[in-house]
Amino acid sequence: MLEIRNLHAKAGNNGILRGVDLTVNAGEVHAVMGPNGSGKSTLAQVLAGRADYEVTAGEVIYEGKDLLTMAPEDRAREGIFLGFQYPVEIPGVSTTYFLKAAFNAIRKHRGLEELDAVDFLALIKEKTKILAVDQSLLNRPINEGFSGGEKKRNEIFQMAVLEPKLALLDETDSGLDIDALKIVANGVNALRSPDRAMLVITHYQRLLNYVVPDYVHVLVDGRIVKSGGQALALELEAKGYDWVKADAAMAQPTSA
Amino acid sequence: MAQVSEELDRYLSDFERFEKNGASRAASWVHELRKAAIARFAELGFPTTRHEEWKYTAVAPIAKVPFTRVGDDRPMFLSWALERLGFGLSEGARLVFVNGHYAREYSSLRALPGGVRAGNLAAALADDWERVEPHLARYARYQDHAFVALNTAFIEDGAFLYLPAGTVVGDPIHLVFISTARGTASASHPRNLIVAGHNSQATIVETYVGTDKAVYFTNAVTEVVVGENAAIDHYKLQRESEEAFHVATLEVHQGRSSNFGSHSIALGGALVRNDVNVVLDGEGSECTLNGLYMVTGQQHVDNHTRIDHARPHCLSRQLYKGVLDGKARGVFNGKIVVHPPAQKTDARQTNKNLLLSGDALIDTKPQLEINNNDVKCTHGSTIGRLDEDSIFYLRSRGIGEEMARSLLTYAFASEIINRIKVEPLRATLENLLVTRFQQGLPMEATP
Repeated sequence: MLEIRNLHAKAGNNGILRGVDLTVNAGEVHAVMGPNGSGKSTLAQVLAGRADYEVTAGEVIYEGKDLLTMAPEDRAREGIFLGFQYPVEIPGVSTTYFLKAAFNAIRKHRGLEELDAVDFLALIKEKTKILAVDQSLLNRPINEGFSGGEKKRNEIFQMAVLEPKLALLDETDSGLDIDALKIVANGVNALRSPDRAMLVITHYQRLLNYVVPDYVHVLVDGRIVKSGGQALALELEAKGYDWVKADAAMAQPTSA
Repeated sequence: MAQVSEELDRYLSDFERFEKNGASRAASWVHELRKAAIARFAELGFPTTRHEEWKYTAVAPIAKVPFTRVGDDRPMFLSWALERLGFGLSEGARLVFVNGHYAREYSSLRALPGGVRAGNLAAALADDWERVEPHLARYARYQDHAFVALNTAFIEDGAFLYLPAGTVVGDPIHLVFISTARGTASASHPRNLIVAGHNSQATIVETYVGTDKAVYFTNAVTEVVVGENAAIDHYKLQRESEEAFHVATLEVHQGRSSNFGSHSIALGGALVRNDVNVVLDGEGSECTLNGLYMVTGQQHVDNHTRIDHARPHCLSRQLYKGVLDGKARGVFNGKIVVHPPAQKTDARQTNKNLLLSGDALIDTKPQLEINNNDVKCTHGSTIGRLDEDSIFYLRSRGIGEEMARSLLTYAFASEIINRIKVEPLRATLENLLVTRFQQGLPMEATP
């Protein structure tokens, strides 16, 4: 589904991604872990099409298409979803209106009939029940005055409504209390399916107790330096990132 | 100088014709008022940008065009225009003016409670002058403002509303001013007087529209007297044609414990100047001034507000928001004056601007003048652009870039739109804004 080859990206003069290689197949859940500043969020933002980053080398093939030439909205319409680390507050636009616009833009792109207001409302109400999200959220402006946990839940709720093929979750677990973490994890697990893939970016192993990944990758200095299974996440939790960093420095002395 | 006097002469000779013709039937106090006003206008002349209150708005384009008043001759196609403008279905009373003259056949005074006097000023000056005379031109000072002086000199027609004490009018009263300029550079000087007695209550909607893309000049003055404990909600929707000039003053005088709300929406016009002046002249009175200006292309819109806190325990709230696109230019000048007796004044003023293009420009100047030490006053202004993070957020959900920008712009404006309590008016505006954003066009009125 997704093939990242030798991806290099920079913001201003700072090289942040320095040769990322990663293949994600449908049905898989990949966790990308790494210390602060390793480029995890940049990877997610570059995949979603943020213009602040310049791709200087490499390519990303998504479902056979060149992802990097596509506008952010076209990536979304092709099935990519980014759960933001810091969701934006947008006063004056109701969540329902926003989601309907997004939902129908995606359907239109796929040649499907757009849903009218009544059908759409029924759909999202159903989703609020599945995710145990308060229905009052629907009439509130997007994220306005939400707590950090509410914002993250809203991201998962949007994901559930838009039903992406590839979900990129950027530190969706950071700063969540136990209940919110469970809700987020349940939301993610509910969406796991053989034709959907997920890239879960996280700093901590905590979320992975609830969302068991198929693969765990460690990103250090803009490069994936180690890959493994769930056990790797536990090892990182126990030993920290220093040993992977040291290993990486040994293997690539010029990269430090 | 020769140029300047030529410009003034045009108005002076127009005034002579005006006095000679129908206007001469008016009572002598009206004549005296007009004469005093035209004399003052001749002294003041058109303001230049050296004048502090006109620093950012050059009115030379208005002065240069040989505008003259047009007679009371009305085209017959107005019914459908009114329908399209959304007045056909509107509830409540409606007073329609065409090129400044009352158009009885398009007006409707049904649904007004007994005792309410609603009609045109020309008739009231003849038949009801004892209700008009104590108020007319007592508040809007022609002594200081050239355009008010010009309007006062040409006082002839406009809306007259008189609410006796205790009257409650449920449905909004619409005052519709239509310009149907056809080739000639026509001017109209609508003069409105609204007198709300003690404990009365009403909603008034003033709408200014043009039916043609043409150069015309609307120079309106509305005086509102809000009696003790009365509550008046005033809306002004300015949808002049995109080549029109629009200058207007809303002058409000509030009595004890009264409440006044102004919602000023400016969308059309090439050169627009709005003055809203409120004198809180009764203890415990409150006013709220909301404003929204959305301009693009070469449009210029200048909003001046002044609130005089003259008595203790009065409260004022102001929120003006501007959206400027293209090469449009906006001005906001808000002044709050707290007079020595006005202890416990609570005043808040905010002006927020959204610039959608690199060529749009806004000059914003909130001013506070406080002459006693027991007040709570805040003021501030912001100028910003659309937030790129928000745009990316929306796009990352599949919403196209144009739509994302529209949505955010609409969201910015909606804070004012949502304060509009007249449902059909809010719906009309929402439609206008959506169309505007989808097409990226100026919001002129052409029906």
